[in-house]
Amino acid sequence: MHYVIIGNSAAAVGAVEGIRRVDKHNPITLISDEPYHTYSRPLISYLLAGKVTEEKMLYRGQDFYEKNNVTTLLGQKAIAIDTDSKAVKLENNKVIIYDKLLIATGGTPFIPPMDGLEKKNVFTFIKMADVKAISDVVVAGNKAVIIGAGLIGLKAAEGLASLGVDVTIVELANRVLSAILDEEGADIVQKNLEKRGIKFELNTSVKAITGGEEAQGVTLSNGKALPADLVVVAVGVRPNTEVVESSKITVNRGIVIDEKCQTSIENVYAAGDVAEGYDLIFAQNRVLPILPNAYCQGETAGLNMAGSESIFSGGFAMNSIGFYGLPMITAGIVKPEGDGYEVLVKMVPEQNLYKKIILKDNIVVGFIYLNEVDRAGIITGLIREKTNVSDFKQELLKDSFGYIDLPQKLRRSKLLKGDSASCQ
Amino acid sequence: MKRVYAREEYCVGCKLCEIYCIAAHSKYKNDLVKTFKKEAKPPISRILVEESRPVSFALQCRHCEDAPCTKACIVGAMHKDPETGIVTNAEDRCVGCWTCVLVCPFGAITRDERGHKVASKCDLCSDNGQIPACVEHCPNRALVYSEYESNNGKK
Repeated sequence: MHYVIIGNSAAAVGAVEGIRRVDKHNPITLISDEPYHTYSRPLISYLLAGKVTEEKMLYRGQDFYEKNNVTTLLGQKAIAIDTDSKAVKLENNKVIIYDKLLIATGGTPFIPPMDGLEKKNVFTFIKMADVKAISDVVVAGNKAVIIGAGLIGLKAAEGLASLGVDVTIVELANRVLSAILDEEGADIVQKNLEKRGIKFELNTSVKAITGGEEAQGVTLSNGKALPADLVVVAVGVRPNTEVVESSKITVNRGIVIDEKCQTSIENVYAAGDVAEGYDLIFAQNRVLPILPNAYCQGETAGLNMAGSESIFSGGFAMNSIGFYGLPMITAGIVKPEGDGYEVLVKMVPEQNLYKKIILKDNIVVGFIYLNEVDRAGIITGLIREKTNVSDFKQELLKDSFGYIDLPQKLRRSKLLKGDSASCQ
Repeated sequence: MKRVYAREEYCVGCKLCEIYCIAAHSKYKNDLVKTFKKEAKPPISRILVEESRPVSFALQCRHCEDAPCTKACIVGAMHKDPETGIVTNAEDRCVGCWTCVLVCPFGAITRDERGHKVASKCDLCSDNGQIPACVEHCPNRALVYSEYESNNGKK
């Protein structure tokens, strides 16, 4: 039995740990186009800002591969998969034969068409090489334009601003963080960022990056022109499905997987940002490019690859992030459209405090906790378990909301069980 | 594994468990007077008493079998010991992103922002090598430290 994993981030690590829970001996080969030991992708903005060292970026200890009997092929890119001969072809012409394969190639930056993308000092911001490239050129006093006010764009902005860079963010939507916040929440976050000197151009897009060989500015579709020593394209990520393009593996937006995280082809699994697995809230397959989902899908795939039948009932959107000491936790549907939703809201503008809980048929389907995030996981748990909250709905927004507010029977069953499900 | 179970019918809401938890994690280990007199910033309690009179009970990390915090941790700091089952956070690696707070269904992980931001949680007093301080000092035996099987809220 030979396990082969393409990828080296959360889903890949989850798979290694899943396989090794069942099978301690058979060899695992892990292929990654990046030359690094597994590291935490979300920490790249911390690295840019100098808040962590490269050593502190490690997602698992230095002995991870050795301890788990994993042979690594780092800095080597897989370019094609032939599921008939069970072969993975690498760019350096090596061919690796697998019995069970996991594709965990992650996401790739989505780059909208615009003029001037080929210029120097135009960057993306999703992996280690991006930070290194930016760090090589950036100096205090530079002007930066970031395209996209999502999680990646705002984190890049915070990192660059901490280095003394003058940052302007251009966003097509009407607000920052449109995937995880509604207008009310986004407004609080935007104002907090503006206080730190970060500027915004909303409802517009970059038409062209201007300059000679190097970027010197951008022109916007609203007619404005902004100077820029560097441009970061952070519009979003899409599944990095390149390696399966010539294969028989079914791809919709991402590689389609079932509840065992297996693709349309037997013995081939996919997990993480490249995959399209089940979303518990939307009750359909969706790409969910978040780390907890990647790990769980990876672990589930690993268990199944090693022969231990395991089911991941699904994930849903969830994020915990903060900017300049303003934390936020959000999950699920944050801005419901259509009928049948009930929305509970608490807003204290002078404290930058905003809480919003969205229900459908007395089941929580989403929430925003802004600047008061303690015990948010209880709400996440209610979403996952589809708990009927009709008996304690009026307590949900309370500062002290907790297990005390659950009906005694429900509380006792949860606490006595003394356990919870995550990747199930 | 042994866990701490609350018997809410015995809890009097005195919060001594919180006090002893703070002392157990202070640099003046288990010394109440020194902890509260000398520590400039005493640790925060890793156990929380929830109350709505007449009901009260204490809640802390359940050390879940399939612990969501260990899977969601973005830096790999949250770890379940395969032998003891105890879930601990490697505070030197934690960056305080609060993803564990997002996924903990018990709301048992707190934000410790006294210095370097870290997630703070019950460690079952694992470096004390004895029964957890909250259990030891509960005056009405409302907290029991036992295997699940032996606990029906009656022991």
